Amino acid sequence: MKTFRFCVSLALAALMIASSIVLAAQNPAPASAPRGNAENGRMLFAKFGCYECHGREAQGSTATGPRLGPNPIAYNRFIAYIRKPAGEMPPYTAKVVTEQQAADIYAFLQSLPRPPAAETIPLLK
Amino acid sequence: MAKTRKFSADRRRFLKGAAVAGAATLAAPTGMAQSQPAQAQRAAAVPLPPPGAETGTPPEVDVLTADRCGSDFMVDVIKSLDIEYICSNPGSSFRALHESVINYGGNQKPEFLTCCHEESSVAMAHGYSKIEGKPLGVLAHGTVGLQHAAMGIYNAYCDRAPVYIIVGNAIDATMRRPGVEWAHSVQDAAAMVRDYVKWDDLPISLQHFAESAVRAYKIAMTPPLSPVLLVADTELQERPIHETDKLRIPKLTRTSPPQGDSGAVAEAARLLAGAQNPVIIADRAARTPAGMKSLVELAETLQAPVIDQGGRMNFPSRHPLNQSSRTRALVVDADVILGLELTDFWGTVNAYRDQLERSSRSITKAGAKLISITALDLYTKANYQDFQRYPEIDLAMAADAEATLPALIEAVKKLMTADRRNSFQARGAKLATASQTALQQARTEATYAWDASPISTARLSAELWAQIKTEDWSLVSSSLGWPQRLWTFDKYYQYIGGSGGAGVGYGAPAAAGAALANKKYGRLSINIQNDGDLMYAPGVLWTAAHHRIPMLSVMHNNRAYHQEVMHLQRMANRHNRGIERPHIGTTIEDPNIDYSKLAQSMGLYAEGPISDPKNLGPAIQRAIAAVKRGEPALLDVVTQPR
Repeated sequence: MKTFRFCVSLALAALMIASSIVLAAQNPAPASAPRGNAENGRMLFAKFGCYECHGREAQGSTATGPRLGPNPIAYNRFIAYIRKPAGEMPPYTAKVVTEQQAADIYAFLQSLPRPPAAETIPLLK
Repeated sequence: MAKTRKFSADRRRFLKGAAVAGAATLAAPTGMAQSQPAQAQRAAAVPLPPPGAETGTPPEVDVLTADRCGSDFMVDVIKSLDIEYICSNPGSSFRALHESVINYGGNQKPEFLTCCHEESSVAMAHGYSKIEGKPLGVLAHGTVGLQHAAMGIYNAYCDRAPVYIIVGNAIDATMRRPGVEWAHSVQDAAAMVRDYVKWDDLPISLQHFAESAVRAYKIAMTPPLSPVLLVADTELQERPIHETDKLRIPKLTRTSPPQGDSGAVAEAARLLAGAQNPVIIADRAARTPAGMKSLVELAETLQAPVIDQGGRMNFPSRHPLNQSSRTRALVVDADVILGLELTDFWGTVNAYRDQLERSSRSITKAGAKLISITALDLYTKANYQDFQRYPEIDLAMAADAEATLPALIEAVKKLMTADRRNSFQARGAKLATASQTALQQARTEATYAWDASPISTARLSAELWAQIKTEDWSLVSSSLGWPQRLWTFDKYYQYIGGSGGAGVGYGAPAAAGAALANKKYGRLSINIQNDGDLMYAPGVLWTAAHHRIPMLSVMHNNRAYHQEVMHLQRMANRHNRGIERPHIGTTIEDPNIDYSKLAQSMGLYAEGPISDPKNLGPAIQRAIAAVKRGEPALLDVVTQPR
């Protein structure tokens, strides 16, 4: 039975890799982010439900979704992931989030300030 | 020790029919029924006594009173079980038992606690049991009361928590009062919850009640612990006890919890001692403080990492072998996994993906050995599916984990060699480093959104910790995750785990029940309270105020049934439409609920809404001062979603 599960997992992995290749071929994403509007991105981050798993400041949650900013992942990886997530995240296709809207959300993530160091916060010492 | 008690009463000819007629006459005087609309409406269902009954000559009866009744004996039985409290919303199907508790029993052990919903009664008992390690009583009204209680019972069943439920029912149809008592009577009262109680009975004599009551307690407290239910017939409660009734309360002998087979224990020890990367995973492993102590000893003997899934307070949060934040990495690398009372072993060793095509895969490496010790294997029902997907275990022990741990520890120690001890110490040192790294990482992650409004759940947890860390505290709610990462849990009563069945509405009353258990020890009970959960039955706040149950509730008020917001988002995205609309039907806004006013209206000290993190610390200080005066207090904190 374990062999069967291993085969299934291999097949899934192969499928995911193949899907990524197809996705890349159809929708080549720029490595650098298109110009985005961070203020509009903050509004869209809430409106499109990103905050539900990642928090309103994209700070993340161990239970739902990882921290997204500041210093988000590279834009091409960001856009590829939201279009076709490999994990639990629901997909955000081009039909519901345009390239420009995605760029605005990315700009919001880039605009987030770095937090203070934990050592400087008395409650976290 | 056997107890023999004899009960005597004046020998009387008791004409029940006449007595019932007399009571009805007193309860519904004709004049009042005609003058008050509400009673006039009731009169349509309840036949009134003939005109002039109140002033006419009463029917001849021998007696209208009784010095001792069946419910007195029932209270004697309940007292023999050392049940401290009975949580109940009053109901006429147990009116005699209620009266016996407060008058015959002196309203002490058990003390009657007034609840505003039977679901709250059961959840209070559920929470209490996880602190005190024994059941609390619940009295529920026939049919409708038990229907209200049902979800709470299901949670307790799924959480393997003992709750002792007595439900009133009028079994003899010829004795029922016309009208409502018929609507609340039932042939088989327990039927609706039989799938999720471990045992039930319908005693038809007082001696039968005594034996079943003691049996029910014994069954509830034998692992896997579970709710039990007795039906208390109204006639049995209300009939006088005669001196010829020879009643005695049987001796209670607790059943020793089942230990794992010695051969299986030895094999488990061999696998664990020989493993390169053993992992211990505990969910409801520690039933008592002794279970936690044993788990620490096993982990230290093996220098093996422990993942505490949090069904109970299994393992100290800052122990260097507590590696709960590294679950996935450890499971993936493990060559031997020991699961102790896992709710979901399959889900622990498989990854599941909730996309359009649902899929799953094993995350364990080839050849990894899985060992299970769980009392769940001793008692599995069919209808409700809380038993989860079938896990492929290599060595399964149908046994209580806590009871089995001492033998397993001894078996592992027998296999210790100098080489093994050295390699175990090296493993432990690496794990200690990983533990420190995880703590630092948690502190760093907590800095993100530190000053955000709504307040981050990390900030809320850190502010709370600053105020309680020097107190003898107890977290009487399930966790946001952050307390386990930032606080130091090292005592069994400092965490009570979750609801079991994920039935919403458990949180507030379970916290009140756990706080009730903590009260006599002078502990500071902290409840991180979800807003949606509180709104199921907020009346428990009144119960806490009325019965002076000290507890600080801090609202995790994200103004939503947030789990459902995320589910709706998933569906909208999957269907490529309306991704901005999942708040419809899932959020609790417009108007925002003012939880501080809600709490104040029920007699609590309360502040809020608090949305600026700078105001949180001082508010917590003021609220704790109120709790130390013996009051429940509530802070409404507007928070980030998770």
